[in-house]
Amino acid sequence: MSVAVACQGIGKSYASRSGIVEALAPVDLTIGAGEFIVLIGPSGCGKTTLLRILGGLLAPSAGTLGLKPGADGRQNIGFVFQAANLLPWLSVEENVALPLKLKHEGRAKRLTRARELCAQVGLAGFERSWPRELSGGMQQRGAIARALADDPALLLMDEPFGALDALTRTRLNQELERLWLARGATVVLVTHSISEAVMLADRIVLMSPRPGRIQAVVKVPFPRPRDPALEGTVEFQAIASELRARLGETS
Amino acid sequence: MSGAARLLPGPIGVVLFLALWQIYCATSGISPLLLPTPLQVLRAFVEVMGEAPTWNHLSYTLGETLAGFGIALVVGVVLGWLIASSLLLERAVHPFVVASQIVPKVALVPLFVLWFGFGPTSKVVVSAVIAFFPIMTNTLLGLRSVDPGHDDVFQALRATRWQRFWQLQLPSAMPAILAGMEMAVVLATIGAVVGEYLGGSDGLGYFAVATMNAFQTDRLFAIIMLLTLMGFILYLAIAALRRVILPWQRKAVGE
Repeated sequence: MSVAVACQGIGKSYASRSGIVEALAPVDLTIGAGEFIVLIGPSGCGKTTLLRILGGLLAPSAGTLGLKPGADGRQNIGFVFQAANLLPWLSVEENVALPLKLKHEGRAKRLTRARELCAQVGLAGFERSWPRELSGGMQQRGAIARALADDPALLLMDEPFGALDALTRTRLNQELERLWLARGATVVLVTHSISEAVMLADRIVLMSPRPGRIQAVVKVPFPRPRDPALEGTVEFQAIASELRARLGETS
Repeated sequence: MSGAARLLPGPIGVVLFLALWQIYCATSGISPLLLPTPLQVLRAFVEVMGEAPTWNHLSYTLGETLAGFGIALVVGVVLGWLIASSLLLERAVHPFVVASQIVPKVALVPLFVLWFGFGPTSKVVVSAVIAFFPIMTNTLLGLRSVDPGHDDVFQALRATRWQRFWQLQLPSAMPAILAGMEMAVVLATIGAVVGEYLGGSDGLGYFAVATMNAFQTDRLFAIIMLLTLMGFILYLAIAALRRVILPWQRKAVGE
């Protein structure tokens, strides 16, 4: 498997009044192309910091970051945030098409693509709606569609389903897996939820706080696509309780 | 409340006010030179609107107001944007901006007449100076109020500085800028009329002063009515513009 993301000694520290605060101790992590990685850990473990560094939203204070360009030679990254962050003055389809607009794609082409994506994430019929007319779950679907619009080789997701109810969350987890299987992009997803992590990940990266660092990496061997019923099996629960125990040590 | 119950109190209040006014004039024996009756004002309004010079004065004042408002809009938005993009500039310009607000601008009108003459230029300048402040402060406020989450989206998409300005900052600031424009258009009208009070021989402000000097109080009231109508129509125009530019806000304000 080729390497999509290579972190070598990536760290982040801030100067504060009480001296230098190390948000993220030097981290080494290699992610294969097409891999689904989940970062999990308690608050302050640096998982969001690491994700933002991967996405170029934050400059690391130490280390080197290697991102392999996608099949077409471009270094495309899709980012889904905790909040949908749809622009309220654009319709749903225009929001989804935003990455293409910023790349000066023609209007007809980008709207065709946006409608295609809306259909894929279950927003058919809402293309012309304003974001505020959509429920939280539907807005987050829009945010996912937007992140996929430019066909990113790397999809970064920061607790994308954290604000949603359990039912919507389970459904979106399933749909996310389906979208990912269809595209073969590399995914790095941050979550607080152990079951979400086990359900989605190829590998789970456990992080611990003060300073943020990688504590362990756990492989999840279940075949794809994974059925929600998997959660009831002994094997699933074994991995989940192992994670729970390890997370318990840190907090 | 039903539609009728919600709409009626407004007209009823106006009718009641006019009736009381009429009764007061009839019973108190006040001279029509001080306070004409509503009916006399209405008659004078019809009379004034039928005279050609009225329309010349109206178009003169309207032209000055629109020119002053236009200059205020461009200068206000550009200055607001410059200040928003540079902390250094904000510190440098801030004392001037505050001073320009504290100075009673009406007191500057004679100075503007001295500099720019009795023609329309001095009135346009007064109008622009008075109207520009709410546009500038609201632009500044609006540009500063960009949602950090939206900023993240643009940064993750590697948007350029210009894309960020046109597609993020400006739309984010638009509601605030339009609110500033609503205030500014009323202020621009006041500026133009005050300018006309103090100099020149054209415009509704001049017309009002000349009418007062001729003791035609009913006609003075008619001119005030006309000015009010003009300001109201300009205000409605900005409100209509708001609906066109910000269609996504329409239901959010409970219409």
